Amino acid sequence: MSDVVFDWVIPGVKSFLVIFMVLNLAAMLLWIERKGSALIQNRVGANRASILGILPFNFGFFNTLIADPMKLFTKEEFVPAKADKFVHGIAPFLALFPAVVTMVAIPFGDSVELFGRTIELQAVRLDVGVLYISAMVSLGVYGVVLAGWSSNNRWALLGSIRGSAQMISYELAMGVALVSMILFYGTLDLQVMVRAQGGLFLGFLPNWGIFYQPLACLLILVAGIAESKRVPFDLPECEPELISGYFTEYSGGKQASFMLSDFAESVMVAGILTTMFFGGWQVPYLSKEGFALPGMSPLALPALAITLMQVGAFMLKVLFFCWFQILIRWTVPRFRYDQLMTLGWKSMVPLALANLVITALAILLLETPS
Amino acid sequence: MSPMLFYPIATMAVIFALAVVLAKSPVRSALALVAVMGLLAVSFAFLQAHLVAALQIIVYAGAVMVLFLFVITLLNLESDRGIGERPKVSAAGLVAGAIMAGGLVCAMTGLVEPAARNVALPEGFGTTVVLARQMFSRYVVAFELTSILLLVAVVGAVVLAKRTAAENVEGVTGL
Repeated sequence: MSDVVFDWVIPGVKSFLVIFMVLNLAAMLLWIERKGSALIQNRVGANRASILGILPFNFGFFNTLIADPMKLFTKEEFVPAKADKFVHGIAPFLALFPAVVTMVAIPFGDSVELFGRTIELQAVRLDVGVLYISAMVSLGVYGVVLAGWSSNNRWALLGSIRGSAQMISYELAMGVALVSMILFYGTLDLQVMVRAQGGLFLGFLPNWGIFYQPLACLLILVAGIAESKRVPFDLPECEPELISGYFTEYSGGKQASFMLSDFAESVMVAGILTTMFFGGWQVPYLSKEGFALPGMSPLALPALAITLMQVGAFMLKVLFFCWFQILIRWTVPRFRYDQLMTLGWKSMVPLALANLVITALAILLLETPS
Repeated sequence: MSPMLFYPIATMAVIFALAVVLAKSPVRSALALVAVMGLLAVSFAFLQAHLVAALQIIVYAGAVMVLFLFVITLLNLESDRGIGERPKVSAAGLVAGAIMAGGLVCAMTGLVEPAARNVALPEGFGTTVVLARQMFSRYVVAFELTSILLLVAVVGAVVLAKRTAAENVEGVTGL
């Protein structure tokens, strides 16, 4: 195999697959949210999108997936007369872009041997994976600020101001919690972090980060939901007060991309949680030697089966956390604005700092100096 | 970094930098500046300095420029005044620009010792480990002094922003 294939084609294919996965999962989450909320609230949910109404049973999943975007993209796109048209146009892309590209740094499988080369199942192997994630998360604010400002609508501007204040506040707690994870694993490389979570904790539990850093996990989950601006953190949208917040003046495809970016951010949060706290692609009791329950001899498995199981495990975990976020979204009521700021600045930031100090002390005391 | 990558990135960076100065709307200027920061980060990434690239995005694009935009959108400035209307500012800008341009010319023509060209990168160049070692050994004094400077700035900002009790009663309730 030539170098061109390994240097350009394979990374390209991997990046495409990851971005394809995020976009489709985000679109699917829209359907899961429609049906899931119906399940939680004991109603039927979206059930009218069948083809010509002639099918005996409803392919709700498939049909809603097609019907929703078709409806959104065939709507009239309305731009307010006094809007800044250029900024109004690019804001949805600026919102969607960081959410989608974050996942390229997240490993979805162990390395595989192919034609004598080692290929990491990770779209881009980054030495600074964690920093890349926090860089992309911090770029998410632009879409919100610019959408609200360029609409020339006071509700939209209020929404965007709320949104940017909220995102900046919660980014801080998230950043500090991420720093304690960097200290804990001693690396910025996400693949190394996942590898460190193989093996067993206390002899029978999988060696996942959640058992060592439960507080950081909670903080990143909460801050992540705040970043994705969904209930209970949906003050930037807040229908009863602000119509639709920062994307009040958006319709059609652009509004769809704001919706999509919220779901893509959910996928991103699920990916971060999975990678740092729930073993990434690690399957409990499964290693390169095969499947071994504690105290038993390993059951050897072919390498391909192990790789497939690991990729499958990663997908399952991500799906679980997406569902978990939807569950929270339909369970908890919205915060008041002062409650939101109190939680962010007076609880989460001090907790994250305390967690960081304790982690640093523990590492200093427990680790033998090299 | 191959010229095939450098020239398109550098050209785009220059175009966006011009847009920062020439755009009429302050928001568009700020956006163009974000694009310049992004392109600088891309060049750093292609020069194997991944850490610097990530920090460039986190600090400048993700924090500083967000605050710029936040303020600009809140003030709702219509458009900036033209360059010629403020002679002192223009003169200062001209002098600063001339000095920087002179520095660039000196560097390119080799009047001052140029940065090493086409030298093989040392092992682990640009990685976090190597950079952190340097930062906490060779450059530790500069690093700590910088952090004191930042601390002073933070304290100063708090002092300036802090209202007296009387002003608080009148009540700005926040956003």
